Amino acid sequence: MTIRLAGIIVGLGLTAVLVLWSLVPGLVNFALPEKPDYYAFQEENIAPAGGFAFEGAFGKWDEQQLQRGYQVYKEVCSACHSLEYVAFRNLEQLGYNEAEVRAEAATWNVPGIDPRTGEATTQPAAPTDYFPSPYPNDVAARAANNNAIPPDLSLITKARKDGTHYVYSLLLGYNEPDPKDVAKSPDFETPSGLYFNEYFYNINIAMPPQLYPDLITYADGTEATPEQMSEDVASFLTWTAEPSLVQRKQTGWFVLGFLFFATILAFLSYKQVWAGIKPKKG
Amino acid sequence: MSFAWAKQYEPKSSFTKWMDEKLPIPRLVYNAVGAGYPVPRNLNYMWNFGVLAGFCLMLQIVTGVVLAMHYAANTVVAFGTVEHIMRNVNYGWMMRYAHANGASFFFIVIYLHIFRGLFYSSYKAPREMIWLLGVVIFLLLMATAFMGYVLPWGQMSFWGAKVITGLFGAIPLIGEPLQIWLVGGFAPDNAALNRFFSLHFLLPFVTAGVVILHIWALHIPGSSNPTGVEVKKESDTVPFHPYYTAKDGFGLGIFLIIFTAVMFFLPNALGHPDNYVEANPLSTPALIVPEWYFYPFYAILRAFTGDLTIPFTGIVLIEAKLLGVIAMFGSILVWFFLPWLDKSPVRSGHYRPLFNKFFWLGLMPCMGALFYLGGAKPEEPFIVLSQIATAYYFLHFLVILPIISQIEVPKPLPFSITQAVLGDDTPGSSSGGGTHPKPRSAVKDLPGKDSDGSLQPAE
Repeated sequence: MTIRLAGIIVGLGLTAVLVLWSLVPGLVNFALPEKPDYYAFQEENIAPAGGFAFEGAFGKWDEQQLQRGYQVYKEVCSACHSLEYVAFRNLEQLGYNEAEVRAEAATWNVPGIDPRTGEATTQPAAPTDYFPSPYPNDVAARAANNNAIPPDLSLITKARKDGTHYVYSLLLGYNEPDPKDVAKSPDFETPSGLYFNEYFYNINIAMPPQLYPDLITYADGTEATPEQMSEDVASFLTWTAEPSLVQRKQTGWFVLGFLFFATILAFLSYKQVWAGIKPKKG
Repeated sequence: MSFAWAKQYEPKSSFTKWMDEKLPIPRLVYNAVGAGYPVPRNLNYMWNFGVLAGFCLMLQIVTGVVLAMHYAANTVVAFGTVEHIMRNVNYGWMMRYAHANGASFFFIVIYLHIFRGLFYSSYKAPREMIWLLGVVIFLLLMATAFMGYVLPWGQMSFWGAKVITGLFGAIPLIGEPLQIWLVGGFAPDNAALNRFFSLHFLLPFVTAGVVILHIWALHIPGSSNPTGVEVKKESDTVPFHPYYTAKDGFGLGIFLIIFTAVMFFLPNALGHPDNYVEANPLSTPALIVPEWYFYPFYAILRAFTGDLTIPFTGIVLIEAKLLGVIAMFGSILVWFFLPWLDKSPVRSGHYRPLFNKFFWLGLMPCMGALFYLGGAKPEEPFIVLSQIATAYYFLHFLVILPIISQIEVPKPLPFSITQAVLGDDTPGSSSGGGTHPKPRSAVKDLPGKDSDGSLQPAE
């Protein structure tokens, strides 16, 4: 009885504190809203027509597309963005053979040590090397980019909500601000050195628009429209974030198939074991 | 321990006879989860979750030990070693996704196990100790899961650690030095990451130890059941093996199908994208939230927005932060007092009309709201809603439960489990124990038969 009485007193006391000191002032504030309106960023990303090949439970990599996306990364993104966790040997997954990977790696320079003098130098990359960073350190990255650090791209599609579509949307998102939304948000402005992009959470992004028609010449002859390039590079960056994505889904089907079979067996043995004593309802 | 009619282990081969004399582990298993443990025959699927929780603990320990072979607890390389596991270790991605999603599914199972206990009042005498040990296990799991989430050293790891360890700073006088001592610095850094790894490795084994006590305590009164009427005679029970091993096997299959479907096809759906960004103490994420399984308690923590002041004087008695911390810990500690707060002699919610209404129309929507609000942005109307839900949460356990246990008129209970299952309970109407019929003896009373405490319609 004492415990219950103490419980009731403590419960009523705690609730009184919550209601009188937190909830009532909160309700008063809620009833008198002073909501500053701001230009909200676009949370719903856009998707390319037809979607990505790797989407869905049966999705597979489109190797041609990954190779094109790699080309976009190499010729455009890699000027500012690193790819820290990806090694050149991983490119074999994109459909290149060993010799091609070796040759491709050699087109990149990575920091090394001169074997004769011991001095720091750069040397052509080997397949075991990881993609080099375009800047020696964060300070240099900031200095070159209006005080913003270009993020590493190896995990970018997993580090953002709906990441693949986010990358696709962001690259195509350098639109004009909507005049109606601008009118609603008096503080709206795009400072110099930043660019309006409604898919970026901060609305104004330090990265200038990158993709223009025919910016690059695809090795496979595909027409390099901005939509094509962003789709390809979003695809490539999905692969860099999770090289095991397709293997994961395939393994998943195998595991699920086994489990369905095992569970049916378990169900039948459950029914058989209980058959003798299962209750007759009613 | 156990009932008079429990089957006894009989070693057959010379090896098992020798073993039974020297170290009777087969006998222990036989009595714990074998044919030697009589279990009420009417358990529903909600009674699967104890076994599933045990399975989850095993899964987490096995995958965790493998992950620890490839992980390094150092702020410089921790994030990179996790990516190393994902990319270079053979099937490392599978181990890590199994471990990360395994934690989420462990909590799904544990929450269902707890809510089962709340609805069927499994915490009542004679099972108080099982419940108390269960709350201890839950606290251990929360500590383990929190520290595990810090190990990848992503943005949410760091900022979550900062917020949660910062709670100790709310304690008056000793708060700040205590926080610095616990964290090993002014903010989580290498010292914190290292000790979190050490404790994250240790606590699962402590948990396993408490789980053994939990099961030991269970085997003294035996399992409860959906009617809440205690076992009275042999026909009320079936042996755990093969009846419940078969049923739990099926339940495990269903669980694994759902678990692997999420793990292989939506492995990051229950996580937070920010944790794929390496920890950066200089850049605060837009919204700091813990993992989903902490949302109810995080919502309670954030519900206290106003300092407790003496009105019109500006004197602060208790700061809002400390109130939130007290309420958050109190929200779990209140479970320790449940066996004594709810004094209704009837266990099962099915026979308690008032309790039933408050459970399904009060506590469950309240928990659902807290689960949602803990992950919502700290803005209106979510703050006001979380305050209402928090208020109901405490009122439910501390005020409503004690009062309804006094005023409620329970529905008539079945005389026995056998009657509840078969519709009548005349001698000879059921074979009891299933496949091993014995000559029926007169109904054997339990030692201390009045421990039931339930209302008997016949009386």
